[in-house]
Amino acid sequence: MMGRSPLKPGRGWLSLAFWIVASLITLFPIYWMFVVSAKSRVELFGAPNFIIRSFFVENYTATLSNPTFQRYMLNSIIVATSNALLVTTLALLATYALSRYRLVGKENIFFWTITNRMAPPAVFLLPLFLLFTQTFTIGSFSLYDTRIGLVLLYCVFNLPFAIWTLRGIIDAIPRELDEQAMVDGCNTWQVLTGVIFPLAKPGLAVTAILTWVFAWNEYLFAATLTSVNARTITTGLAEFVTVTGTNWGQMAATATLTLVPALVFLGLVQQHIVAGLTFGAVKE
Amino acid sequence: MRSQTTGWLLLAPTLVILLVFGLGPFIYVLVVGFTNWNSFAADPTAHFAGVQNFRRLVFDDPFLHSLWLTFGFTFFAVLSEIVLGYFLAQLLMRDLPFKGFFRTIHTLPLMVAPIAVGATWRLLTVPGLGPLPYYLDRWLGIDLRIGTFADQAFIATVIMDVWHWTPLVTLTLLAAISSLPKEPFEQAQIDGANRAQVFWYVTLPLLKPAILATVFIRVMDALRTVDEVWMLTGGGPAAATRYVGLHIWRVVFPKTDYGYGAAMSLLTLYVTIVLCWLMYVALVARRELPRSE
Repeated sequence: MMGRSPLKPGRGWLSLAFWIVASLITLFPIYWMFVVSAKSRVELFGAPNFIIRSFFVENYTATLSNPTFQRYMLNSIIVATSNALLVTTLALLATYALSRYRLVGKENIFFWTITNRMAPPAVFLLPLFLLFTQTFTIGSFSLYDTRIGLVLLYCVFNLPFAIWTLRGIIDAIPRELDEQAMVDGCNTWQVLTGVIFPLAKPGLAVTAILTWVFAWNEYLFAATLTSVNARTITTGLAEFVTVTGTNWGQMAATATLTLVPALVFLGLVQQHIVAGLTFGAVKE
Repeated sequence: MRSQTTGWLLLAPTLVILLVFGLGPFIYVLVVGFTNWNSFAADPTAHFAGVQNFRRLVFDDPFLHSLWLTFGFTFFAVLSEIVLGYFLAQLLMRDLPFKGFFRTIHTLPLMVAPIAVGATWRLLTVPGLGPLPYYLDRWLGIDLRIGTFADQAFIATVIMDVWHWTPLVTLTLLAAISSLPKEPFEQAQIDGANRAQVFWYVTLPLLKPAILATVFIRVMDALRTVDEVWMLTGGGPAAATRYVGLHIWRVVFPKTDYGYGAAMSLLTLYVTIVLCWLMYVALVARRELPRSE
């Protein structure tokens, strides 16, 4: 019995012990945040206590009933959902074109899309701020502090991700299927909706979910390019530190609420998130 | 059979959005970086200023300091993540119960919003509330106050980054290790190589492409870290954790000195590219490691 790495008895237990410790370290900060969110100011005073005896709901109700926070939450949901739908739709069209049509320089275009995702966002804050406030305006309407502005901007880092994720999926669908449909007299739109869409559904779902999470998590652009109307939940969370300074229970509750989508979607997309974060360089 | 026009039409919306919101700002910053545009100056219009902004940058101590800090942060964070991630990935290759469960837990930090990561670590480290200052003081007599001590703040941001991103390295390297061929390892065992030799002469060369790809992705990400650090330390104490993204965003941006800010952004982008290129030359073009016969 000689495996690749021969296990001496006891070695396996050591690995297990390491992984248990690693998992505890991973979970601990999140657990502590949850503990703080479930306690009143008085309970938080003194030595740290890791057990939740009675759940202090006021931290959550105070946050959820705050009109400002409600607006931030609604903005985040609208921006993330619109962005996910827009990005998935556009990426499906683009990937189909890149996969099936003989276009000049299409591989260069494919690679160029990803460079949009690599640049440091801080570098583009200044030009984007100026473009949003001064250049992209129609009359008195400007993209600054609008949800549509954020939705369009988030496409810059989400579209490349979606295109790189979907490319392999669309390429894997046999060409014969859509060619047959075309022979049968379907137009491009009918082929896309009738043939490609049903077959690519699982991949599209994963793309949409991860796009949604990336948009939901974004902070820097939202903080710079909105002021009142289009602020999102992440900017609201950051405001907690500066505005109310010491109300840790409420801040923890808000942070926990920010975390909920990640927890909900974790099981569904965990196999794909690594490919997503490495520009598709790594497939599990 | 398929018309090219249809193909371009399908691609058009994507290209338009990326050109307007991706390439557009880049060209914009490129142009503004060479002007003296300052909306609060006596003459608030933009004029071509040559390389004047860049000449100023070379003597801008706070900027150079933040650039230097960013390199230090990136170096320590990425190095720890690679070592730790490799170790965890190797452990996950063994026969381990609850493997899937561990992996799921390990994926969690990757899904959490960076701003929420900063919030959790702030809750851990705030004196009088967080368990870290409390137990470090009780057990080891360490006075943890990241709002006061610059070194502690720096280390805290590094540890936070390691917590957040080691899972990515683990899962990336795990994928690479699982797809390694078996034969070189069997051969090495027959030849009587010890563990260190197998690691150095077989595993490492075979994993080099995967490790390199991971290092590049992590370095690019670490260089642009803003959200978490802003939430944890606010760039302080003083400017001890004001990394370059934070510096541009919090110090230069509010000053309306657009020309200078743009030049700084450009230089940051340039430094990022040069650093990645240097790493590529140093790591890839290096003499190949000798292999065992």
